[in-house]
Amino acid sequence: MPEVVSAAALCELRNLGRMRYADAFALQQQLVERRKRGEISDQLLIVEHPHVVTMGRNGHDENLLAQPELLERAGVEFHRTDRGGDVTYHGPGQIVGYPIVDLREWKRDVMAYVRALEQVLIDALAQFGIAAGREAGATGVWTEQGKIAAIGVHISRWVTSHGFALNVATDLSYFRYIVPCGLTKPVTSLQALGCRADRDQVVAALARSFARVFDREMETYD
Amino acid sequence: MIDVIMPQMGESIVEGTLTKWLKKPGESVERDEPLFEISTDKVDTEIPSPVAGTLGEILVQEGTTVGINTVVGRISDGAGAPAAAAAPAPAAAPPTPAPVAAAAAPTPPQPASVVAEPAPTEETAGPLSPLVRKMARENNIDLSQVRGTGAGARITKQDLEAYLEARTAAPAPAPPASPVQAAPPPPPPPPASATVVQQQAPPPPPPPRTQAVAPVQEQAHFRGEAPAARVEPMSVMRQKIAEHMVFSKRTSVHVTTVHKVDMTRIAKMRDRVKGEFQARHGFSLTFLPFVMRATTAALQAFPLLNSSIDGTNIIYHRDINLGMAVALENGLIVPVIRNADEKNVVGLQRSIADLASRARSRQLRPDEVQAGTFSITNFGSFGSVFATPVINQPQVAILGVGTVEKVPVVLDDAIAIRSVCYLALTFDHRLIDGALGDQFTQKVKTILENWSEEVL
Repeated sequence: MPEVVSAAALCELRNLGRMRYADAFALQQQLVERRKRGEISDQLLIVEHPHVVTMGRNGHDENLLAQPELLERAGVEFHRTDRGGDVTYHGPGQIVGYPIVDLREWKRDVMAYVRALEQVLIDALAQFGIAAGREAGATGVWTEQGKIAAIGVHISRWVTSHGFALNVATDLSYFRYIVPCGLTKPVTSLQALGCRADRDQVVAALARSFARVFDREMETYD
Repeated sequence: MIDVIMPQMGESIVEGTLTKWLKKPGESVERDEPLFEISTDKVDTEIPSPVAGTLGEILVQEGTTVGINTVVGRISDGAGAPAAAAAPAPAAAPPTPAPVAAAAAPTPPQPASVVAEPAPTEETAGPLSPLVRKMARENNIDLSQVRGTGAGARITKQDLEAYLEARTAAPAPAPPASPVQAAPPPPPPPPASATVVQQQAPPPPPPPRTQAVAPVQEQAHFRGEAPAARVEPMSVMRQKIAEHMVFSKRTSVHVTTVHKVDMTRIAKMRDRVKGEFQARHGFSLTFLPFVMRATTAALQAFPLLNSSIDGTNIIYHRDINLGMAVALENGLIVPVIRNADEKNVVGLQRSIADLASRARSRQLRPDEVQAGTFSITNFGSFGSVFATPVINQPQVAILGVGTVEKVPVVLDDAIAIRSVCYLALTFDHRLIDGALGDQFTQKVKTILENWSEEVL
């Protein structure tokens, strides 16, 4: 049999399990630099963070409802970071994806990149029978019951970092620390929508969907 | 001096917010070293310096949103000649940050060519909405003659309308919004060429940059004027409030009914006890807890007002959790008094004082702004007689309390002085009929006018 040669570029999938936010951030920075130098292919990091609230460069303190001391008492870390978007929460039961993609080898278009990330999530959710979509002016992925995935991205010389957070079995009550004025729309999760899929199934679906949307061949190293 | 421009980070992107300068004027910067950061939607991007040199001046301040290709700053190159106004154009040859130049590849002419367009003015502001382009084409407007007042000096529909109006009133002296027009008309550029051309596929060769210096001077001229407006980004809280207000107006059918309430009885009681109340409890007695107490009783009588809509279902809430709008310095927040029906006037006043003061010092706990089932807003404290409040979703009604004031009233064919206030109930007409809204408000009114409960 002739060997099947794929024309698609490679993307390395690294399923890292539980990792502290600061550690994952350091790893991303390291991989971004190596990606810029062309030493590695595109990467898709998948992690789960312990409870953490992060604030983007454009976040405003007033959007953080809980005082940092209260977060600390509740066992929630707090980090300022350099992604787009304002404040968000990560924690157990959430799949956080950090694609490190050189957009010069895809499309040189940051909005197209964000829309593509949304598409990855929408397609993956569809594999579990969840109808999700976009909302004009509100980046992220939405279901009728609320926002199910958040997106925040940083780009340096066309290499991406940060990415998306998909609520699988997240304890949604933690979002209360960052809901200002009770004014934001609700958040939801696969579990809250009655989907019993486990984490590994969802990661696999995300990887398939990512490969298709970005036209990458996924490689897994353990 | 080399112009640093707001890069285009994708086809659909027409503007970006400069969020942070990573260098200060006078600091040196290496080629490709991150120079500033921009934000578009949920993406933050570091923009590297196009050349090595010294950051000369910053033209676009942090937090400002400008169109792509707007000059955001200038760098004097290694030779360090800040006398660069006279610097020969070739120095400016590659003004595009490296990756951006690549970015623009599918959309041909580099920003450089835009700067060099014959149009002498803010053509550099670049992106125009399709509507503006169409208007310009149809009315044969030379866009270089129009002064943009949009973000980053973009030309808006209003600018074109103002221009057309001024043009129609042809020889009229100095139409207000366009000092540009005083300048002699430039050689006529093909209408809208600068921007339309950019959209087309085959790149025309970039025109020679012989005129590079002129536009710069033009811009300096504009910067010398006091700006007609100041652009400032909304705080996140303001964005959330805006979002919620629009969401509410889009969701609910807002109808407001206003009832006049005679508060004399309560006013007299309040006058009688307020000194002792303050002494005993350490906070003063206002009208608001009376209105709240009457409201919780009315909510018990008309539970539909204490409900939410979920698709085609009605959710009747067991608990009565009263939200109370608190004005903050730059926004508002609605803390919630849980099980408000279980509190008497003292308890309610205590909650009001406590929540309001902690709201202002941002000490509220997250659960204290959640799970409200009905809201009250006391705009009377700012002197408003009545207003039409916006429903706090997913609730179905909100009661606005106007200021209590003494007015002459006809009672039994005699004129009497009474303390009167207006209660304005905004309700969601999808769920609550006008009759029910009025019955509810009448119930509140009746309780207030016939107040019998002791307060101390």
